Amino acid sequence: MSDHKNVWVFIEHTDGKIAEVSLELVGKARELADKLGVEVVGFLCGHNVDALAQEVIAHGADRVILAEHEELALYRTLPYARVAIEEARKREPEIFLIGGTPNGRDFAPRVASAMRCGLTADCTDLQVGDYYVKKEDKTYKDLLFQIRPAFGGNLIATIVNPHTRPQMATVREGVMRKPVADPNRKGVVEKIAPTFSPEDLVLEVLSRQVRHTTINLKDAPVIVAGGAGVTTADEFALLRELANLLGGEVGASRAAVDSGLIERVHQVGQTGTTVRPRLYIAAGISGAIQHRAGMDQSSKIIAINTDPNAPMFQIAHYRIVGDVGEVLPLIIKTLRERAMDQREAE
Amino acid sequence: MTDSRPINCVVLVKQVPDTHNVTGDVMTKDGTMNRGALPAIFNPEDLNALEMALEIKERTGGTVTVITMGPPKAANILRDSLFRGADKVVLLTDRKFAGADTLATSYVLKCAVEKLGDYDIVLAGRQAIDGDTAQVGPQTAEKLGIPQITYAEQIVEITKDKITVQRALDHGSEIVRCTFPVLLTVVGSANTPRPANVRRQMERKLAAVPSEYAAIRTQWPEFESDEALDAHLAKHNLKIPVWSAEDIGATEGSIGLAGSPTQVHKINFVVLESTESKTIPANAEGIAAMIAELVHEYIVG
Repeated sequence: MSDHKNVWVFIEHTDGKIAEVSLELVGKARELADKLGVEVVGFLCGHNVDALAQEVIAHGADRVILAEHEELALYRTLPYARVAIEEARKREPEIFLIGGTPNGRDFAPRVASAMRCGLTADCTDLQVGDYYVKKEDKTYKDLLFQIRPAFGGNLIATIVNPHTRPQMATVREGVMRKPVADPNRKGVVEKIAPTFSPEDLVLEVLSRQVRHTTINLKDAPVIVAGGAGVTTADEFALLRELANLLGGEVGASRAAVDSGLIERVHQVGQTGTTVRPRLYIAAGISGAIQHRAGMDQSSKIIAINTDPNAPMFQIAHYRIVGDVGEVLPLIIKTLRERAMDQREAE
Repeated sequence: MTDSRPINCVVLVKQVPDTHNVTGDVMTKDGTMNRGALPAIFNPEDLNALEMALEIKERTGGTVTVITMGPPKAANILRDSLFRGADKVVLLTDRKFAGADTLATSYVLKCAVEKLGDYDIVLAGRQAIDGDTAQVGPQTAEKLGIPQITYAEQIVEITKDKITVQRALDHGSEIVRCTFPVLLTVVGSANTPRPANVRRQMERKLAAVPSEYAAIRTQWPEFESDEALDAHLAKHNLKIPVWSAEDIGATEGSIGLAGSPTQVHKINFVVLESTESKTIPANAEGIAAMIAELVHEYIVG
């Protein structure tokens, strides 16, 4: 094992807690690093965050580069990017994965630009494979295949960076599976003490407000929405469970909001949020035009309704005539079993 | 306010295919794409960036310059920018720019912004709807060697040497203060872009790049030659400047395909099947088959 050619993961954290997506990426990085025969390195910047380094190791990292400085307590582009660029130049990582969070999408392009390397945003899958370049008559071995939807989700592109390093990619939360932590796992924490110039610190954070709604329908890749046909809190809990499994959000029709079972921020439609996720599951939503106008651009629509004549069925790609309380548990069970099979296969 | 001065803004904009209105006509059944069937529009969040720049101009004086890299027909969004209130526009066009990924694009924009010089704020939309990468803004900031404020939603304060901005984050917001020059990427919730101003539209409807002269002369036959039209436009300050790679001093190896580290290995088309819908039996087998299909199409991970 060497300090070079490793798979790095940007470890994002707020209020002493590591972002879920960073740990999910440590899991993916483990898989990639095992194929490449290299180390997984967590890249962590912060102030008094030693405990977080152990958590990164527990989730599968071999090593954590911990840049410790009070100026790194809160995420800011310039000081964070400064450390990353310096360390990446020195240690030449092969791959650098970053969560597709607002901060991650602020950090990654800044670093990629300085490294003059390729960066692919919002990958939905990452694989290792060989790539033949006809012009050079040369096969590049073990490249990172960065797979992402493009062109408004109408096509899936596999992007590679044969000539530049690191190969950088961002991935949204919920796309990769978070590995199970092993608190006994051992790894190396390598502390570094960066120094900053005044130019690195020209931006000051004056205040930070956290909104208590955690719902982000617009960017959700999957929305599981309930309508008048979802009549109990238990059934809404099923929507939530399915949305979590799929890395998505819970949506609702106006009827469901009016019933008081769910807050208005979840409302999809003309008077709510307009969404166009990869997958929209309409559970017990009849499909009034006002609702359809807010979701009919979704790439795939699954409609579940007891009424075979519900208008939602006209725009659905998959029609399931049945009761929400019976169909949702079936979908959840199928997804769970699939996840278990995959874990066993790995 | 005595603690202010004119602030000069440069806005980076892009003409994009309207991917939000992809219909069956665009994605054909055999999985190819008919790009021509998509209307080309002003990237929505770039309009928010332009609006923010115009508001800064109203607050402080100063100028708003709009630049775009694209084919000659991208002059449409530059004209639109003039109608909405931009002082000056520049089209960056060159066959050598073709095939640029975000890195090569940001290099070209950096060269153009540096050629313009004398700027305090560079603004761009957070992301373009044809790629949704949100990378060009930060990459351009890095190449210019200036700080960036992404997801700008509101300008809280501008003084002669600092700007205070509210950023929209997933789960809240943040207020930051920074020195000039700085690059801002602007989110859609920042403002409602003003429409074209009718008077400005009347005055500037002829604003054009040379490749549009022939079309203009069919509509306005009183211009007997391209030269006559060119002289008229020059006299009325309606010639849209066109800058090539050479004009902005861009290094060949850093632009277009050659300057783009990312390569497309393969493309799989997601065939729209709005007419092809399936009834799934509400049982375990039916649902397992449906999930398998969704996994195969990368809809479910």
